[in-house]
Amino acid sequence: MRRYKNEVYFDIFNYLILGLLALTCVLPFINVLAVSLSDSAMATANMVGLWPVRFTLSSYAFALTKVRFLLSMLNSVERVLLGVTLNTFLTIVTAYPLSKTKSVFRGRSFFAWFFMVTMLISGGMIPTFLVVTWTGLRNTIWSLVLPGAIPVYNLLILLNFFRQLPSELEESALLDGAGDFTVLFRIFVPLSMPCIATLIVFQAVGHWNEWFAGMVYLDNIEKYPLATYLHNVLQRPNFDNMDKNEIQRLMKISNRTLTSAQIMIGALPIILVYPFFQRFFVKGLTLGSLKG
Amino acid sequence: MDSMPAAAKVNPPAKRKKSRRVRWALYIMLLPALALVAVYSYGPLMGLVIAFQKFEFSKGLFGSQWVGFENFRYIFGLQAFTRALSNTLFISAFKIVLGLIFPIIVAILLNEVRLLWYKRTVQTFIYLPFFISWVIIAGLFKDILSPNTGALNAFLALIGLKPVYFMGNANIFPFTVIFTDLWKGFGYASILYLAAILGIDPSLYEAARVDGANRFRRMLNITVPGIVPIIVLNATLKLGTVLDGGFDQVQNMISPVVYKFGDIIDTLVYRVGIQASRDSMPRYDVAAAIGLFKSVVSFFLVSIAYYLAHRFADYRIF
Repeated sequence: MRRYKNEVYFDIFNYLILGLLALTCVLPFINVLAVSLSDSAMATANMVGLWPVRFTLSSYAFALTKVRFLLSMLNSVERVLLGVTLNTFLTIVTAYPLSKTKSVFRGRSFFAWFFMVTMLISGGMIPTFLVVTWTGLRNTIWSLVLPGAIPVYNLLILLNFFRQLPSELEESALLDGAGDFTVLFRIFVPLSMPCIATLIVFQAVGHWNEWFAGMVYLDNIEKYPLATYLHNVLQRPNFDNMDKNEIQRLMKISNRTLTSAQIMIGALPIILVYPFFQRFFVKGLTLGSLKG
Repeated sequence: MDSMPAAAKVNPPAKRKKSRRVRWALYIMLLPALALVAVYSYGPLMGLVIAFQKFEFSKGLFGSQWVGFENFRYIFGLQAFTRALSNTLFISAFKIVLGLIFPIIVAILLNEVRLLWYKRTVQTFIYLPFFISWVIIAGLFKDILSPNTGALNAFLALIGLKPVYFMGNANIFPFTVIFTDLWKGFGYASILYLAAILGIDPSLYEAARVDGANRFRRMLNITVPGIVPIIVLNATLKLGTVLDGGFDQVQNMISPVVYKFGDIIDTLVYRVGIQASRDSMPRYDVAAAIGLFKSVVSFFLVSIAYYLAHRFADYRIF
């Protein structure tokens, strides 16, 4: 194979550009990590680059002893567990009937459109807020998980996955006298685990990251999930969600290092699981694109 | 008798009878989702009627006074609304165009990388920001883009430039929004195109090589045409997001000093309808009118998008 000289130049250029792009994606994290691990005076004097200056863990110690911060992490864990369980169960039992043909499941088109329409038009922020209020979900964890309990896009992905499974399996099980619940949970679900696992990972990340519902539906800061709590702290840093002791300790560390520490703690769970779940993340997008 | 397909063939009437039996379990399975979607998706759609009312929370949906198109007349005369509308269109347009082109280039460049470990590493890094919440990313950029202590402005000072108020200057803020959004999403968006490139028949490249086409020719004449369908599809589907602008992002980055060019429809709706309740009366009806306007326009755009995608790219949603 001939190799042109300008192809070699192209390769060098290409590796450089992509390397730079990759760096721009991680350097901000490293910078903030370094700030969070630095002495507050150094951070305020803008002496910190990509490596901590006068290493200290005091910002983390402060953040992790703040009761509200810890509470919010617990709330987030609770929300992820409850939300993902609901999403996954509902997606599975809804996708199954919708994956049947019209002759097996009368009214399929109607029901499919019933869900589809919600992807095309929504009532929007205000009416949703009112409905959540009227149904008594305000200030409960249910306000964070019930309104979005049916992720229609995921539903479509799983529905299409179910359709690709060989129909003989279902037919023979039914002939043997198995009911639909048995067919679904003994045959369809085990065979669809690759797809379901991907959806679970996406839903978990979604619930962990979501902050707006908590902001709007919860009045009590102690019920906030971590993302909402962080939004509150980062968007308007104030002292009224701290007690006297905390303010005194805050004087010793700077707001900047504390903020950075909180940012890192918020990002850490995702960064830690990310390498293990990367293949799921990547599959998620291609799963969605292979429909039709 | 059990799983023999032959038996079914021999006896077609029995099979037919079987399929006619109503499988009630299927309907039972659908019930919880139907109920939830009816309440939390269709409920708010009904709730949009408050856009035509002088809505009072205490009187509820049925007790409030009907005012016809009064709220709409009000919002179209509202400077904050027209401003938010044009800001949204501006930010969305840039996001859509850049968010379409940049990932394609990255995917094509990634495809040319021969060192597998290098490719993998780059991929791992550029996908990462997509999975981090906007709350975190906005906090991250507030620190990095800060005019006093931010790393980027420190760098600008190093090459002799004045500090830039990325978050605090209304003229610059929209571009901060556009580029941080691009930063967060380009890597993940490139996956789709990379997958499409991998789907191109390798024999095409082989044939081109035999014919003497160099790498650039192959990129231009095989890779690019190979992914045109998916590019067209994606561009069409993005049509539906023209009025979005990215609430998740903007609400985390915005401050009153940049409302002039930074306020988008959804952030305005939030302020008028919900945030206002903390200091004054929330105007649910006005906010719902703005929301309804957005929903209706978006509905038409999304419908057109799906129609075009179906027509030209043979895309079906289900």
